[in-house]
Amino acid sequence: MNTDPQAITRLLIETLTANPRITRPVSGETVIVDDLDLDSLAVMNFVMEIEDKLDVSVPLDRLADIRTVDDLARCLTELVRHR
Amino acid sequence: MSILAKFSGLAEARESLLRAGRDPFHVVFEQVLSATEGIVDGRKVLLFGTNNYLGLSHDPDCLSAAAETARSQGTGTTGSRIANGTHALHHALEAELAAFFGRRSCMVFTTGYQANLGILSALGGKDDYLLIDADSHSSIYDGSRLSQAQVVRFRHNDPDDLYRRLRRTGDGPGSRLVVVEGIYSMLGDVAPLAEIVEVKRRTGALLLVDEAHSFGVLGEHGRGLAEAVGVEQEVDFIVGTFSKSLGSVGGYCVSDIPGFDILRVASRAYMFTASAPPAVIASTRAALARLAAAPELRRRLWANATRFYGALERAGFRLGPRISPIVAVRMPDVATAVGFWNALLRAGVYVNLTLPPATPDDQPLLRCSVIASHSEAQVDAAVACFLSVAAEWRGVA
Repeated sequence: MNTDPQAITRLLIETLTANPRITRPVSGETVIVDDLDLDSLAVMNFVMEIEDKLDVSVPLDRLADIRTVDDLARCLTELVRHR
Repeated sequence: MSILAKFSGLAEARESLLRAGRDPFHVVFEQVLSATEGIVDGRKVLLFGTNNYLGLSHDPDCLSAAAETARSQGTGTTGSRIANGTHALHHALEAELAAFFGRRSCMVFTTGYQANLGILSALGGKDDYLLIDADSHSSIYDGSRLSQAQVVRFRHNDPDDLYRRLRRTGDGPGSRLVVVEGIYSMLGDVAPLAEIVEVKRRTGALLLVDEAHSFGVLGEHGRGLAEAVGVEQEVDFIVGTFSKSLGSVGGYCVSDIPGFDILRVASRAYMFTASAPPAVIASTRAALARLAAAPELRRRLWANATRFYGALERAGFRLGPRISPIVAVRMPDVATAVGFWNALLRAGVYVNLTLPPATPDDQPLLRCSVIASHSEAQVDAAVACFLSVAAEWRGVA
């Protein structure tokens, strides 16, 4: 699959939008926990789904620095590059 | 803005719980009469949420050992293990635990939480990887986070996902340590340890098993899941606790790894905290001796678990995947779980209420623990309470 930063951002937005619990529009600036009202379990499940699609693992300390969809996309892009 | 403003969401959730009844996270036991009964609000309740699997908190040998030792050795060590806090008792317990598990070394910590904190934070260096099951206990998450290692979660009980994630760590320097639990504390399910060991062998990883809920519960001799599955020689570190099968408080790690003792001067949660009081060590030693000498405790535990689980399952409750001393009763939503929990306590049965996001799949749980000391009459009485409360709450059973 296409793994340039824009494609990864699109993947994140599509995956989040497909979740029936998410009713608000999602963009790169969306703050994952606050704007989407997801608890820590839902965020973990979402990240695991993306990890499977991109064949990467996001270390937990990197997750702690991530607030927005763009933050996550940048982190994933870097991990994919070093795969 | 108050420093506590970050907890405003949590505070709202707590207010909502309190409107529905009493605070489930602050139940005050005016007395604990035995391993199976306590007094709440002046009334007797059956204790079905203690994880006191062998009932040894009230065993006569353990009580005598604690009382005599407090009188002769004092109420506390007032020191850490690296200062004045290592007594002959601590040394003896470590030797006895090592012998029980057939291992060369053992470190005792003041709590089980600290055992995970202390071992994982010390073992995980900056080039290392800790691969932890997604459903791990907080102490495993926290101990891992305190380490300098890269911490990666793998899908609960999924050896294939573990293998994929191990492969992704590449061939760089550093160790890979896989961390699983024997029995998981939410649903009472067990790790697929034989398959996890196979992954470990293929990848050269090390393996730590936290047998907190399985020590004294699984295995012919009570050594836990590793014994039950026949893979003890493949487990590099076993971590456990005294607060379940041994009825006291504390934790340990046993291992055969050469040089293990260096952790005594590298593990902060071992070094910079007071050691366990002499009476606690004494009762723990007595409890370990009872566990080793009395396999009938384990048999009674499983007979009770089978009786309780079977009765609730036949009544239509949705439970965890297999019979276990941890019997998790799934509730359809938070409001029902809270109402049911309150009604059970009013009817005379105490269980643990566990709410998302602490639960594995977002569903609230009433977590019950059955113990060896429960009589059949007590098990049947608890089941009867569940049935009578369920009659008022549709959609639960």
